[in-house]
Amino acid sequence: MNFTLTKEQEMVRNVMREFAVNEVEPIAADVDETGRFPKENVEKMARAHMLGIPFPEEYGGAGGDEVAYAIAVEELSKVCATTGVILSAHTSLGSWPIYKFGTEEQKQKYLVPLAKGEKLGAFGLTEPNAGTDAAGQQTVAVLDGDHYVLNGSKIFITNGGQADTYVIFAMTDRTKGTRGISAFIVEADTPGFSIGKVEDKLGIRGSATTELIFQNCRIPKENLLGEEGKGFKIAMATLDGGRIGIASQALGIAQGALDVTVEYLKERQQFGRPLSKFQGLQWMVADMETEINAARLLVYNAAFNKANGLPYNKEAAMAKLFAANTAMSVTTKCVQLHGGYGYTKDYPVERMMRDAKITEIYEGTSQVQQMVIAANVLR
Amino acid sequence: MKIIVCLKQVPDTNEVKIDPVKGTLIREGVPSIINPDDRNALEEALRIKDENPDTIVTVVSMGPPQADVALKEALAMGADDAILLSDRAFAGSDTWATSTAIAGALKQIGDYDIILCGRQAIDGDTAQVGPQIAEHLGLPQITYVEKLEVKEGKVIARRALEDGYYVVECETPVLLTAIKELNEPRYPSIKGIYKAYREEDRVKVWSANDYDVDRENIGLDGSPTEVSKSFTPAGRDSACEILEGNGKEAARQLVVRLKERKII
Repeated sequence: MNFTLTKEQEMVRNVMREFAVNEVEPIAADVDETGRFPKENVEKMARAHMLGIPFPEEYGGAGGDEVAYAIAVEELSKVCATTGVILSAHTSLGSWPIYKFGTEEQKQKYLVPLAKGEKLGAFGLTEPNAGTDAAGQQTVAVLDGDHYVLNGSKIFITNGGQADTYVIFAMTDRTKGTRGISAFIVEADTPGFSIGKVEDKLGIRGSATTELIFQNCRIPKENLLGEEGKGFKIAMATLDGGRIGIASQALGIAQGALDVTVEYLKERQQFGRPLSKFQGLQWMVADMETEINAARLLVYNAAFNKANGLPYNKEAAMAKLFAANTAMSVTTKCVQLHGGYGYTKDYPVERMMRDAKITEIYEGTSQVQQMVIAANVLR
Repeated sequence: MKIIVCLKQVPDTNEVKIDPVKGTLIREGVPSIINPDDRNALEEALRIKDENPDTIVTVVSMGPPQADVALKEALAMGADDAILLSDRAFAGSDTWATSTAIAGALKQIGDYDIILCGRQAIDGDTAQVGPQIAEHLGLPQITYVEKLEVKEGKVIARRALEDGYYVVECETPVLLTAIKELNEPRYPSIKGIYKAYREEDRVKVWSANDYDVDRENIGLDGSPTEVSKSFTPAGRDSACEILEGNGKEAARQLVVRLKERKII
């Protein structure tokens, strides 16, 4: 048993922390306030090879590992959950399925620029009537000569409108249920593909969340990802990894909130002494620190399993369930510990509390994680 | 072009503890970083390499074995090779002994056009090692460089002095010391980190036996400096004055105050 990070992972943490504090934190409040997509962060991350951490160098990646990637999302999310999810959706959802299921040609054409950070990735599964019930896909893809013709729409797509490359799911055979779903690689500038409603959200406000619309959108046949009818499997496998990214985001949000709260408790004086001297508040800090450390162990364990070819379906679900819970409970307590100031935009904890909520919802709600965990246990 | 960058691993704080007996810094438990000015020196070398891709950038450092982390980070930023001078014989070196050890290594390397150092390290704050290396090697030196232009066989450097700039043109080889205004250092790339650790032999460790070094002038015994006492000076009395009025009025008041004190 060895719980220490490797030297590489340690250095990744230091670099990501420095990057997050110097480049991302100064604009985090503005990104939240205005809801603008922080393009400059994406460009800077690309320059430092942060957009392809777990992929091999031969495919344009950094040649790193899943734990280092989890650490990167965590460190970004400590100061800006928006930037954390941009990296997570790009890496786990937009790039990984092409790495895992793509042909060599698809990898060279699409994964290499994604992993190098020249292009941004996204993933389109959710539809108005296919949320948790992802099998209820209504978007259809019909083979017509050398092309599949896509019709339908997707909603709540992270990096929507900002991404260059999308992994999109559609029904190729309605009669087969989940076995009738296929995955496609769709380029942003494909005729017939457009961006619809842009969501105005409670948190992660700088992250682009949009509707994707396909109207007789012709996708070259060679952009079918994996085999026809294997889309649902690809989607589920992708979400297993995505959950590690979101669990890392939740972990980062919680740690970031606790860090600023500890500073506040040491400075803020009431009844002639700093808040940190009050035992009732110390107990809250102790509980938060414990929860965050437990979450970190679950997250790194899931990432470690993924990196080492071990099963991680249950581990990723447990990590996301617990880390999301922790993010929500810790940020709520941190606002409480800041008192009235915590409810204002003068301190970042209210933003962190709003950002935390989504981690209990996207890439599988907490209830879906419970279903996944229970299915593993009761098998 | 061949560029050598000298860098030092330093504790990441000015609040380090001092060994009460030896009067030296206690480094344990303090996170270590590449000295900030040295990062600017490295960035400049990498900027030159970006413009002239056939440039080879070698980083050299003296320190304990764990200082290899700083060199790996330099490799991750984009340096080509790294040499760590590490030997018990170097322990306790002052600036004279340090510059002797480094200059010896640079002589061994032999082939260079530009040597870049940071102005000074945040732990010692002497600003002596760079200039001393130049003296050991008989090289011209340009210190406090805040702008650098490299041309065929020469450099044009702008030095930042207290009361203005000083533009110097000099033939290579030359030693330059960088200040933070010179550039904005890049982040180590994640790919570079993994590469630096995967390719184990990219940091070469040289002991005092591995190259020709003046044994009389290295380590604690070779250091003419004697530290008589290290202490933290008491804080100076400071006073805070609130300038009343609207922004414009307060700004005017501030200018008056700063002029009174000859700050502007």
